[in-house]
Amino acid sequence: MTPRRQRMIFVAVLLLGVGVAAGLALMALGENMLYFFSPSQIRSGEAPTGQTLRVGGLVVDGTVKRGDGLAVRFDLSDGAHAVTVHYTGILPDLFREGQGIVAMGRLGPDGSFQAQEVLAKHDENYMPPEVAEALKMAREGGSMANPHGPK
Amino acid sequence: MTIARLFHQFGSPPHFYRLAGRMLPWFATACVACLAAGLYGGLVLAPPDYQQGESYRIIFIHVPSAWMSLFVYMVMAACGAIVLIWRMKLAEVVAQASAPIGASFTFMALVTGSLWGKPMWGTYWVWDARLTSELILLFLYLGVIGLQSAYEDRRTGARAAAVLALVGVVNIPIIHYSVEWWNTLHQGPTVTKLDKPSIHLSMLVPLLLMAVAFKLYYATLLLMRARSDLLERERNAAWVRDEVAAR
Repeated sequence: MTPRRQRMIFVAVLLLGVGVAAGLALMALGENMLYFFSPSQIRSGEAPTGQTLRVGGLVVDGTVKRGDGLAVRFDLSDGAHAVTVHYTGILPDLFREGQGIVAMGRLGPDGSFQAQEVLAKHDENYMPPEVAEALKMAREGGSMANPHGPK
Repeated sequence: MTIARLFHQFGSPPHFYRLAGRMLPWFATACVACLAAGLYGGLVLAPPDYQQGESYRIIFIHVPSAWMSLFVYMVMAACGAIVLIWRMKLAEVVAQASAPIGASFTFMALVTGSLWGKPMWGTYWVWDARLTSELILLFLYLGVIGLQSAYEDRRTGARAAAVLALVGVVNIPIIHYSVEWWNTLHQGPTVTKLDKPSIHLSMLVPLLLMAVAFKLYYATLLLMRARSDLLERERNAAWVRDEVAAR
């Protein structure tokens, strides 16, 4: 075996070894790599109770209720289940009904979520407002303008 | 064996030095043209976004920087494999010239992302999988730069850095797929996926122009840095004396 061939095998083994090690490590980390839980995972008891965690989902239309001062309450849904979030503080600019939101806080005993921090998650779609409006019209059969549309 | 001859010819320092010198002005000119067109298209012609308004325009810097941070690393790692297996001097030069450029692109992607995160997400930084793996990429670049200059003998340093660069390759697919494998605050892929890009054509065209401009910028810087590095390494060689005498 030539020295060059030996070095070639060394590089191949190095890449393979590191790849396998990283794959195993990521599989072992599993759910710990998740930045947030979905409302369904919370409902099914996959999320730890009594400790700080994050929940992510879409703000359900018509559930945003403002209380005294900066207090606000809204439902987060992933399509299957919803969880009610209570929060007091400044909401990000992107916060609106239908928006993806990640809230950090604790699960209360009644199953509602007490948030200390609310972050907005924007999606991967980029388009001019007119196109978004046209898409929305097409989805709703062009019947009427959506009162919750983008400002 | 014409391919082997091409390989040897391209790898020969005087040949590369002269070829790079001839290519440099073309790359630089094309880079400026694409940059001007991309910036004008992105900052003036492209419409505001339906959700993020004008703030989204930072993608014209952020996204090409992030793409380049991965691309330059792959170039550096491929050079690392060539250095380890074939001991090719030119690959050492290219790896050494690429590392600081890639680190700068990574730093720029992290900073522009952070500045964008504050108004959109509501925070400068979160420890989600995408942001954390990109930060690890910056540390990998810094480690490679450190190793390259850690030895008295540059060729030993180049081989040590090549091993680290190859080990770090495992991070590249993790960065790319982090937004698909795990829930992250960072958005999913808009352009680099098998589906149709989910960005309007009026925004996609300047974005791709900027991506080409950043690639050409890297090529220009790479050739300049590699040329000066070659002159220094080969300062006792006859061809360098001839080059200097010809001035």
